[in-house]
Amino acid sequence: MAAKKSKQFQPVETLHAIEEKFEMVQILNEEGEIVNEEADPKLSDEDLQELMRRMVYTRILDQRSISLNRQGRLGFYAPTAGQEASQLASHFALTKDDFILPGYRDVPQLIWHGWPLHQAFLFSRGHFMGNQMEKGLNILPPQIIIGAQFIQAAGVALGFQKRKKEAVAVTYTGDGGSSQGDFYEGINFAGSFRSPAIFIVQNNQFAISTPRELQTSAKTIAQKAVAAGIPGVLVDGMDPLAVYAVTRDARERAIKGEGPTLIETLCYRYGPHTMAGDDPTRYRTSDTDSEWEKKDPLIRFRKYLEAKGLWNEEKENEVIEQAKDEIKAAIKKADSAPKQTVTNMLEIMYEEVPFNVQEQLDIYKAKESK
Amino acid sequence: MAQMTMVQAITDALRTEMQNDENVLVFGEDVGNNGGVFRATEGLQKEFGEDRVFDTPLAESGIGGLAIGLGLQGFRPVAEIQFFGFVYEVMDSISGQMARMRFRSGGSLNSPVTIRSPFGGGVHTPEMHADSLEGLMASQPGLKVVIPSTPYDAKGLLISSIRDNDPVIFLEHLKLYRSGRQEVPEESYTIPLGKADVKREGTDLTIIAYGAMVQESLKAAEELEKEDFSVEVIDLRTIQPLDIETLVASVEKTGRAMVVQEAQKQAGIAANIVAELMDRTILSLEAPVLRVTAPDSIFPFSQAEQVWLPNSKDIVETAKKVLTF
Repeated sequence: MAAKKSKQFQPVETLHAIEEKFEMVQILNEEGEIVNEEADPKLSDEDLQELMRRMVYTRILDQRSISLNRQGRLGFYAPTAGQEASQLASHFALTKDDFILPGYRDVPQLIWHGWPLHQAFLFSRGHFMGNQMEKGLNILPPQIIIGAQFIQAAGVALGFQKRKKEAVAVTYTGDGGSSQGDFYEGINFAGSFRSPAIFIVQNNQFAISTPRELQTSAKTIAQKAVAAGIPGVLVDGMDPLAVYAVTRDARERAIKGEGPTLIETLCYRYGPHTMAGDDPTRYRTSDTDSEWEKKDPLIRFRKYLEAKGLWNEEKENEVIEQAKDEIKAAIKKADSAPKQTVTNMLEIMYEEVPFNVQEQLDIYKAKESK
Repeated sequence: MAQMTMVQAITDALRTEMQNDENVLVFGEDVGNNGGVFRATEGLQKEFGEDRVFDTPLAESGIGGLAIGLGLQGFRPVAEIQFFGFVYEVMDSISGQMARMRFRSGGSLNSPVTIRSPFGGGVHTPEMHADSLEGLMASQPGLKVVIPSTPYDAKGLLISSIRDNDPVIFLEHLKLYRSGRQEVPEESYTIPLGKADVKREGTDLTIIAYGAMVQESLKAAEELEKEDFSVEVIDLRTIQPLDIETLVASVEKTGRAMVVQEAQKQAGIAANIVAELMDRTILSLEAPVLRVTAPDSIFPFSQAEQVWLPNSKDIVETAKKVLTF
């Protein structure tokens, strides 16, 4: 006897029903208008100005970093323009007690968390002093292996939970990173332990050159949270208010013991993947570029703040000048770092120096003292 | 003093150190209620609670990442990888991440993680359960690799490994888990990492071995004694870093040496020891330093182990070549 159709499970319809639920959260539209009054985080005037200040500062830092790289004064650098709302508005919802496990493009969040600018420059140059983290600064150096930070975040979060600390572990990757096994293991472990973690995927549409559509058949990356049994949110990653609001909510849930959240921020990187020879014209059109530039987080936030009387050209120029001065000073400080030696490198391998390292230390010390 | 098997000594080491330091956490697949597939964590969850002894989802990479994160929060994670053949799943967390934590943070952060894992042939496991992969670990700067051969050493070395502020790979040979008992003190004690143990003194030949090959080497030494050869047997106990002083002192005394490893010839440990001895003892040597190893094939499944694994006969045969060179 044929089973009654109405009682059959409908896998395709179920998938579509789930996918339809993942609508993009937007609060501030491209014109700088509040389109979702109810969700407006109602930040104070000072906070709104501070968030704008950080985004402007970071855009200048990006421009200067690119030009310093071209002059050979910086090494590895992954441009950030276009991702300011995703990076800085999510970070704005954190406290200094929260621990950040960044990808290599997430230098801005680390700087606003307290990583001195000259150290970020030293990291870019590959100087060992760049990543020497001051005690109490809750960050890891930028991660190079895509997704490795996701499982470590589950560990840091479990640590907070065991220590009963009111803090969360926050980690970032990109759309490409969401294809890694470590991505799933991270959200699954944290979900299983209900640990206080926030997993942020900055979906900037391309993993170097590979377009988002090739990463997964899933309509959104946010819906991957369903597989781990944790909440997932799709947010307009060019909208600072929306990114802030969903991160703040995720943090509140985490602190209350309700476990981790996966956040997908829809955004775009204007520049190349890194400064090491990537040419975006090989994989995307200028039409796509200009479509995204219209959604720019700084433009819409500036409009919003100007309409409220909280921002003007003078304020903006002040930030730009301050950024330029501080960058200049930081580069100067980075330049004064001592020249690296092989001895430096051997000395930071183990707490107790084993015989093979000691033997080589003696050889290099003698060579270097000549 | 209690008589213990090696697996009991390992459980006892974990218990002792968990009592000593509340930051020690034990976790992995089936280590909680089940006490581990070899019962190495038997009773620990009951004694210390689910907060300190817990099961994880089934993902080795996740276990490695969890250990790194917990280490950053001041814990001393003791993570179990159920069988060391599964280490490929967690290679990035071990070699790509925890081994480099101190270096990539300019010395400001560390990964005080101990990875415990069973390995080793002779007990008819399925594929990928018994392989000797210590060479992979020993060739990665930033790690320490420990392989005990007795219950007493297992306890003292495991406690030292847990207390070490750098990542330690602690490998437990499956065949040794229950192959013999030894008196093991109930109190806490440590055996320093990087210190070998002279198991048997001799004047004609030094045999350097570790893990299950220590017993085979001792057997071989007894055989050779019947023919009036006096053989010294050294148990490395720590594979990385090597106790080079003990090795050199012995070889300078005997003038002849060989290295025995259960791993394939190309797998590195013995080759490295031969090179270190060449650097330091060439003028004392009367003969080439030879190796007894498994052949360079994939580790075979189950029954085929018997013809594949090196044994005391192989050791005697090679020893005679060195002794009569």
